Amino acid sequence: MKHSLKTPPTRRSFLASVGAATGLLGLSPRNIFAQTPPVQTGQIPTGTQSDWHLNVTRQSITIDGKTLNAPTVNSTVPGPVLRMKEGENISISVTNHLTEETSIHWHGLRVPAHMDGVPGLSFHGIAPGETFTYRFPLKQSGTYWYHSHSNMQEAQGLVGALIIDPATPDPLSCERDYVVVLGEWTDVSPAEIVSNLKMQDDYYNFRQRTTASLPAQSQHDGGAIPALKSRLMWSGMNMSATDISDVSGVIYTYTLNGIAPHTGWEGIFQAGERIRLRFINSATMTLFDVRIPGLEMMVVAADGNPVEPVPVDEFRIGVAETYDIIVQPHENRAYTLFAQSEDRTGYALGTLTPHTGIRAPIPAMDSRPVRTMADMGMDMDGMDMSDMASMPGMDMTTHHTPMPPHHHMAGMKMDKMDMSSMPGMDMKSMHHGHHMHMMPGMHMDGMGNMPMHSMDMGHMSMSSDSKMQNAKSDTPPPRLEIDDPGPPPINVENQNIAAHPIDRLNDPGDGLAQNGRRVLTYKHLRALTPAPDQRPASREIILHLTGNMQRYIWGFNGRKFSESGPIRLQRNERIRFTLINDTMMEHPIHLHGFWSELENGQGAFNPRKHTIISQPGSKLSFLMTADEPGLWAFHCHLLYHMDLGMFRTVSVA
Amino acid sequence: MTNPTLPIMLALGLLGAFTLTQTAHAQIITVHQAADAPNASSPTSMPGMSPVMMDQSTWLHGIFNQLEGRYSPQATDFRWDGEMWFGSDYDRLWIRSEGTVANGRMDDGQHDILYSHAISTYWNLQGGTRLDLDSGPTRAWAAFGVQGLALYQFELSAMGYVGGNGGAATRIEGTYDFLLTNRLILQPNVELNAYTRADPSRGVGSGLSEIDTGLRLRYEHWRKLAPYVAVTYNTALGQARHFPDNREANRTALRFAFGLRSWF
Ligand SMILES: [Cu+2]
Repeated sequence: MKHSLKTPPTRRSFLASVGAATGLLGLSPRNIFAQTPPVQTGQIPTGTQSDWHLNVTRQSITIDGKTLNAPTVNSTVPGPVLRMKEGENISISVTNHLTEETSIHWHGLRVPAHMDGVPGLSFHGIAPGETFTYRFPLKQSGTYWYHSHSNMQEAQGLVGALIIDPATPDPLSCERDYVVVLGEWTDVSPAEIVSNLKMQDDYYNFRQRTTASLPAQSQHDGGAIPALKSRLMWSGMNMSATDISDVSGVIYTYTLNGIAPHTGWEGIFQAGERIRLRFINSATMTLFDVRIPGLEMMVVAADGNPVEPVPVDEFRIGVAETYDIIVQPHENRAYTLFAQSEDRTGYALGTLTPHTGIRAPIPAMDSRPVRTMADMGMDMDGMDMSDMASMPGMDMTTHHTPMPPHHHMAGMKMDKMDMSSMPGMDMKSMHHGHHMHMMPGMHMDGMGNMPMHSMDMGHMSMSSDSKMQNAKSDTPPPRLEIDDPGPPPINVENQNIAAHPIDRLNDPGDGLAQNGRRVLTYKHLRALTPAPDQRPASREIILHLTGNMQRYIWGFNGRKFSESGPIRLQRNERIRFTLINDTMMEHPIHLHGFWSELENGQGAFNPRKHTIISQPGSKLSFLMTADEPGLWAFHCHLLYHMDLGMFRTVSVA
Repeated sequence: MTNPTLPIMLALGLLGAFTLTQTAHAQIITVHQAADAPNASSPTSMPGMSPVMMDQSTWLHGIFNQLEGRYSPQATDFRWDGEMWFGSDYDRLWIRSEGTVANGRMDDGQHDILYSHAISTYWNLQGGTRLDLDSGPTRAWAAFGVQGLALYQFELSAMGYVGGNGGAATRIEGTYDFLLTNRLILQPNVELNAYTRADPSRGVGSGLSEIDTGLRLRYEHWRKLAPYVAVTYNTALGQARHFPDNREANRTALRFAFGLRSWF
């Protein structure tokens, strides 16, 4: 169905557009409705360049009527798309014209530590008036992005896309190639947002359960009694089932390539062309759920790395993640790029269209997610012990490396598990007094939803100082040292312990399961080429993601950054990080400078990412090789979580 | 200050708070051997330069929970109840103030200056001093108590006081927010005051002496400035009712009020 934008502008959009006319975008109501082409954002430069000069300045930018004196790169929000070529030596000079320090971090790039751009860890920052030249060889290709790592400039627009052409001809090259930078825009200062959250953590949430919403909830929950019970249970924990996003569409305008939904970004195509869309979530606090009604999306790359193509109808993109998708519309009509915020308080919007000015219908937003016991790490349902092999991470045959232990194995009763049918697991070789940690070849992740309290493993537990022999393997696996802090303390900085964290890699995320669409999960991702380092991990570091929502404090292991030490790694050490999310929110966890090989059961072909969403109440692990010395940042990419403590230094020496 | 015991009270209160908080702190420090545990020899940043992080920032907030006129045929009062804090996640300077202005006189002025230390997920331990400062005789107390969020999201404050008139006192206050809609909020509130020793010149009897309770319906069009209507009830209780010149007893009333809840 074709649909021209002929309706008169609402007062709000009219004012917003007038405001925008004085801003960077140069939009006016006239040029929207006279069907002159909108701004050409999202375009990738035609050629690569290895020398760049970027100017960071303050600029008055108006989007959706909200004006900000924003820190910008070359005066635009988002900044210019930088296109480079793999294998070249890159030089990027950044001149700081602000009155405060700035910095640019190359998100996902494997660079020497002093080029990573995190003030205080890898360099001194760029002082006002100063020029800093980043120099590094490009050892990778794909879709990446850059952003400030100083103060909270990233929240005000200091972000941009970075595209790296592969050294060899790109097998994924398409007739059309666009970047789709998702973001959020507000004229409320980051400092004020944090201060408001400190005083009242649900300041931006106007979707809470209320007396007025009880009838609707009762209908959904199957009666007033279950609805009230659920409310009592949540308030008994001093938490809220409607706690989805800390900051919401109440103040945010969600943007696509810097353009508000009522204006809408346009990407031009001709029927039959293959279009590559490079999605980058440059928002500070918002996870987006993306779909293009009427088109199948082929996911071809995740966080810059090619993956085996996955056809989907929808995918969730966490803050700082990137996904490349390919679509091939055969009809000469417009298609809506629809990216709704996870909490459904708004959406970013764009249009793929054969002719400028044409719009496709805008789908209604889905109902918002409501947190469940699974998000609290208390999921006791859906346990199916009869089919252990189908549990994510239980694939015994393909794993010859020691797998992460389950966390709270004490007292597990195994009699319902058919252990004898598990390949590679010889129960007879287990000795008394041993600890479950050292069971090679056994990935216990998927067992998180067993009723732990009734499990009895006393007679088969194993100790960590004696190695288990893998019956099927000739060479004994290397010693695996585990740094397990145990369940985090419940303290001022931590509100909850996920008693039974589960594997959620095959879960598309809260609000997306059973919506009738094919939604991407992490389980789908399979790298095209094996990771270069196939050594098993010699050390496992378990980190609990913790926080106190009520006080708005975030951290790891019940401690915020300023009370923590560094995570010390030896150079070239092979490390497994296991993340247990004790909070009820998603945290996109980003490790600077290295690939995080997500252990999603693809073995040598585990996908390599730079940012991994840790779902609430979940447990996951990734491998990394500490092959680059220096101090590196490791943090949640929700800006206000990072700033309030969910940050660690990783020291490689 | 005219009361010579004030500095001693203040010192005692702070000392008490400190002793308890140190004990509580020790429990938090009993952490596991984690890879990221603090270690003096391992810097988390470049020498002399740390990543900019707000997790040690200080914050300043204040709130008037009550700022209202209370109306009845017999007497119309103006009442406030507010608090302000400045500090970090753990340590804050906390100031509370409440009082009534009736017929040009200030009554019931209670002002707490407290050091507040976070001791658990939802609770803060507070110690310092309370001043009864209004048109009546001034009293100073050493103050000590807890403030925080009980389960089921009840806001509670329970304070104990010693000194004032040579006796001890307690004040317990609880509030709850019922969300009728996301912006229309019904807030019941109860404050109880009890004393071990009568102080007739301040209208205080021994035992449970005074109750102030209200039911406020506010509309949060802006989070930070919400007008409300309320029904309030305050009265002297027990012995205090029988002091012949007790203004509090005379003013006993169920009243209609309207006001503003406001914070920054
Ligand atoms: Cu987070």
